[in-house]
Amino acid sequence: MTDTGIGASVRRKEDRRFTTGKGRYTDDIHRPGQAIGYFLRSPHAHANIKGIDTTAAKAAPGVVAVLTGADYAADGFGNPICGWTVTGKNGEGHIAPPHPTIAVDKVRQVGDAVALIVAETLDKAKDAAELVEVDYEELPAVVNIADALASGAPQIHAEAPGNLCFDWDIGDKAATEKAFSAAAHVTTLELVNNRLVPNAMEPRAAIGEYDSGSEEITLYTTSQNPHVARLVISAFVGLAPENKLRVIAPDVGGGFGSKIFIYPDEIAVAWAARKLDRPVKWTAERSESFLTDAHGRDHITKAELATDKDGRILGLRVATLANFGAYLSTFATAVPTYLYATLLSGQYAIPTIYAEVKGGFTNTSPVDAYRGAGRPEATYVVERLMERAARDLGIDPAEFRRRNFIGTDQFPYQTPVILNYDIGDYGASLDKALEMIDYGNFAGRRAASERNGKHRGIGFAAYIEACGIAPSAAVGSLGAGVGLWESAQVRFNPTGSVTVFTGSHSHGQGHETTFAQLICDRLGVPFESIEIVHGDTKEVPFGMGTYGSRSLAVGGTAIAKACTKIVDKGKKIAAHLMEAAVDDIEYKSGVFKVAGTDRQTTMAEVAFAAYVPHNFPEGVEPGLNESAFYDPLNFTFPAGTHIAEVEVDPATGTVDIVDWVAVDDFGNVINPMIVEGQVHGGIAQGIGQALLEGCVYDRETGQLLSGSYMDYAMPRADDLPNFRVGLTNTPCTHNELGVKGCGEAGAIAAPAALMNAITDAIGSEIDMPATQEKVWRAVQSRRMAAE
Amino acid sequence: MATVSMTVNGKSVSADVEPRTLLVEFIRQNLHLTGTHVGCDTSQCGACVVHVDGRSVKSCTMLAMQADGAAVTTVEGLATNGKMHPIQKAFNEHHGLQCGFCTPGMLMSAIDLIKRHPNPSEETIRHELEGNICRCTGYQNIVKAVKAAAQEMGG
Repeated sequence: MTDTGIGASVRRKEDRRFTTGKGRYTDDIHRPGQAIGYFLRSPHAHANIKGIDTTAAKAAPGVVAVLTGADYAADGFGNPICGWTVTGKNGEGHIAPPHPTIAVDKVRQVGDAVALIVAETLDKAKDAAELVEVDYEELPAVVNIADALASGAPQIHAEAPGNLCFDWDIGDKAATEKAFSAAAHVTTLELVNNRLVPNAMEPRAAIGEYDSGSEEITLYTTSQNPHVARLVISAFVGLAPENKLRVIAPDVGGGFGSKIFIYPDEIAVAWAARKLDRPVKWTAERSESFLTDAHGRDHITKAELATDKDGRILGLRVATLANFGAYLSTFATAVPTYLYATLLSGQYAIPTIYAEVKGGFTNTSPVDAYRGAGRPEATYVVERLMERAARDLGIDPAEFRRRNFIGTDQFPYQTPVILNYDIGDYGASLDKALEMIDYGNFAGRRAASERNGKHRGIGFAAYIEACGIAPSAAVGSLGAGVGLWESAQVRFNPTGSVTVFTGSHSHGQGHETTFAQLICDRLGVPFESIEIVHGDTKEVPFGMGTYGSRSLAVGGTAIAKACTKIVDKGKKIAAHLMEAAVDDIEYKSGVFKVAGTDRQTTMAEVAFAAYVPHNFPEGVEPGLNESAFYDPLNFTFPAGTHIAEVEVDPATGTVDIVDWVAVDDFGNVINPMIVEGQVHGGIAQGIGQALLEGCVYDRETGQLLSGSYMDYAMPRADDLPNFRVGLTNTPCTHNELGVKGCGEAGAIAAPAALMNAITDAIGSEIDMPATQEKVWRAVQSRRMAAE
Repeated sequence: MATVSMTVNGKSVSADVEPRTLLVEFIRQNLHLTGTHVGCDTSQCGACVVHVDGRSVKSCTMLAMQADGAAVTTVEGLATNGKMHPIQKAFNEHHGLQCGFCTPGMLMSAIDLIKRHPNPSEETIRHELEGNICRCTGYQNIVKAVKAAAQEMGG
C-alpha cells in the first residue's frame, strides 16, 4: 500500500475549494443576462383551479413573463414520468396518472406549481406572484395512506380508483401460511415507518439557458445523475433531442436520493429559458424544498414471524401500505417493492416469506428513494421483529440472531425473495460488535443505571442491503425502464497526467479522491496528477449516476476496467520501445519491464510515446485513452451489526445515547477515512429518523405542519453522540475490486438499533420518532398499569 | 435604493441596494462572493455565517444596511497569501466536510467559538455549533476538527 493508493486514508482533493469558498454550486453560477424564476405554488392540498388571471402580474415592474400550465400544455411538451413498472397481483402494470409540469385544472398537494413568474430580480418576481389571481375550489384532502385507501376517501386521480396505484406481492403465500400453522410461536408487530424529508443542505436549483444559434439548451442543475435527467427531458418531455441538451450538475451540496429525480420545476425552468430565449435561474427556498423535494419512507406495516420451539424461524409474513404522495416520482414504485420486500430475508435463513404491498396516492409531496430507499424500511421490519421475538421467546437477542443467521458455508445463498447473496459472514460482524460494546457487562451497566433512577436499554440491528445498483438484465426483468451499468474513460495526457471521466456523480462522497487512489494504484500515476471529471453530459460519456451505494462498486469497476485496457495497450507500446515481445512485458505499479532483464520503461514514457508516436508499433493506434462500460453481475450485499445503548430518564422521557457501535462489512475499502465518514453520516440520519424527524401533515387540511427547520427537527451537533466504527471484510465475489458500497448502511441499521434499545429500556413498543413526550407517555402508562 | 459601504475581506466596497437587501444577498449577488451559502429561510441552518466586526453573524438575518461601515469577513477571507487558516487545515485533516455546503458557515462559527473558548470541550463545541446544520457528517469529525484547530490556534 502506498500513501495515496488503495487502503490509505488520503485527505480529500476536493476540500481545498470547499474550505476556501470556491465551490461552484448551481446557485453560485451567474449566466449573462439571466432572469430569475419564482414559482407560485398552491396553498391548498386539493382543489380545482377555476381560473388564473395573470394580467396584473404581467404588467408589474421588472416582469419578463408569467407562465401557466395552460402555456406549457399549449407548447405540447411532456411531463415527468415514473420509470419503473411494477406489475401487480392482477398481472397489470401500476397506475401512473399524469404529473403536470405546471398544474392546469387541479392541484393535488400544497406546493403544486401553478405559475412560473420570470423577472429581472427575485424580489420583483415575488412581488408579481402576489398579483396572480387563482380561483381555487377547495376539495377534501387525504394525507394518510390507510385513510386514502379506505372506502369513501377523496378521489385524487380519475385514473386511480380508490387512490390505489398497485396491489403487489412477492414470495410463496401457501408455503408461508403452512409455516405459520406449524409454528410454536408467532410474533406480531404493527409498525409505522415515519415520513422523512431528505434535507440536503443545498436546496434544489436550476439554470436554463438557450442558444438560438446552435438550438442547444443547457440546464445547470442539482442532480445526482445528469445523463438520466437529459434522457428523461429529451425522450419523455421532448424539450430538445439529447444531442441538443446539455445537463451540467456542478458541485452538488448533498443528495441522499432527493436529487436523483427529474422534477417538474427543473423542466419548467429549461422550458422557460427556451421560450424566452434568455437564461432563467431558480433556486428553491427551504420551505419550497420541504414541499417539493421527494420525501422518504412513509409505510404502515403489519409483520409476523413464525418460530419453532427451539427459536428457529419458520416463516415471515408482511403486509405494507406505502404512501406515494400526490404523484409518482421517478423511481417511486421500485422503492416499496423491489428495494424493500426483496430484503426481508435480512441476514437470516428464512424458509419462506410472503409480502404484500399496496401503494397509493395522497394529497402530499411525492415519496421516492431516500438514503437506503426501501432497505431501511425492510431492516426496520425484520430487526424490530427479531428483537421482539427474542424477548417473547426469552432468548438472548444476539443468540437468537446467531441461531438463525445464514451460515458462511451457505453462500451463494438464494433467498425466497429473488435476491442471491454472494458472500458474507454475519457472525463475524456480530461478534466484533458484541466485543466492542462489552456486551458481557451490560447487565452490570443496566443495574448501575437503575440505581440512578434511569432505564438502560440495548438494541441490535443486524442489517443487510443490496447495493451496487444494479445488474441491468435483473432490474429490467423487474420493470426498470433503464439499464444500471456505469461508464468510465481514462485519458492520459501527453505529459503523463491523467483525466478520468466517470458517469457517477459526487455530491459529498469524495469521488475525486477515492477514484484518484484507484488510478494511482492501477496506473502508478502520482495522486496530484489525476483529475476526476463528472457531472457534465457534454464532457463525460453517458453514465447512470450515483445512488444505491453504486459509485465504487459499479463506477469504480468501470474505471478499473478502463485501466486494464490502458495497461494492455501500454504493454504493446512498451514492447516496441524496448524491442521485446509483448508477451515478455510484465507490468506493475506504472512500470513495464522485460521479464528476466533490467530493461524497463514507465507509464509516463509510454504515454508520451503514444502521443508523439515517432517510433510506434505497427497497427497500434496513437493516443492513450480508453473507455469501459461495466454492467454488474449481481447486487453487492454489504451487511453488519450496529448496537445502540441508551439511558432513558423516566421522569422526563429523555433518551441519552450512551454508546454506539457499528461493525460493517463493505468488502475491500479504498479510503477508510471516507468510509468512516459515510458511516457517521448515515447513522446520524438514522438516529434523526428514530429520535427527531417526522414529516407531519394536518389530517384534515393536508397542510404541511413540519415545513421549516423551526418545525422539522434536524439532528444537530448536540443531539448526537460519537460513534465507534469497526469493519469486517468478505470481499465481493463478482467485481474485481471486491467492494460493496458504504453510503447507506448507517441509515439502514440505525433506526432499528436505536428503537430496539429504547423499547428494551422502557419495556413497551413505540413508533418513530421516539420523541421525549412519546417516550415519557409510554413509561408513565406502563408504570400506571403496573401499579 | 440606498448606498451601503463596508469592508469585505479587507477591501472597501460600496453599492446601491434596495433597503430590504439582506447582507447575504449583498455578499452573494453584489460582490459575487459565493462561498457564503443560503441553506434555509428561517435563520436555522448557519450556512450563511460570516464575521461582522469580528463576531459571527447569520448574514441572512441582517440587512446589508445594518452592516454599513462594518468590517465583514467571509470564508474567502480566511486564507491569507495562499496560506490556509488552521480551521481550514483541520477540516481537511479530520474529514470534517463531505458535500461542502455547510462548511463555510461551519468554519466561520468555529473560529468565533474558538475565540471565545480557546480550549473548548467536546460538549462546548457541540453546543456552540447547534446553530449550524450539517446533513452529511454526523458532526463527529467536525467536532474533532474544531478541537484540533483550537489547539493549533494556541488554546
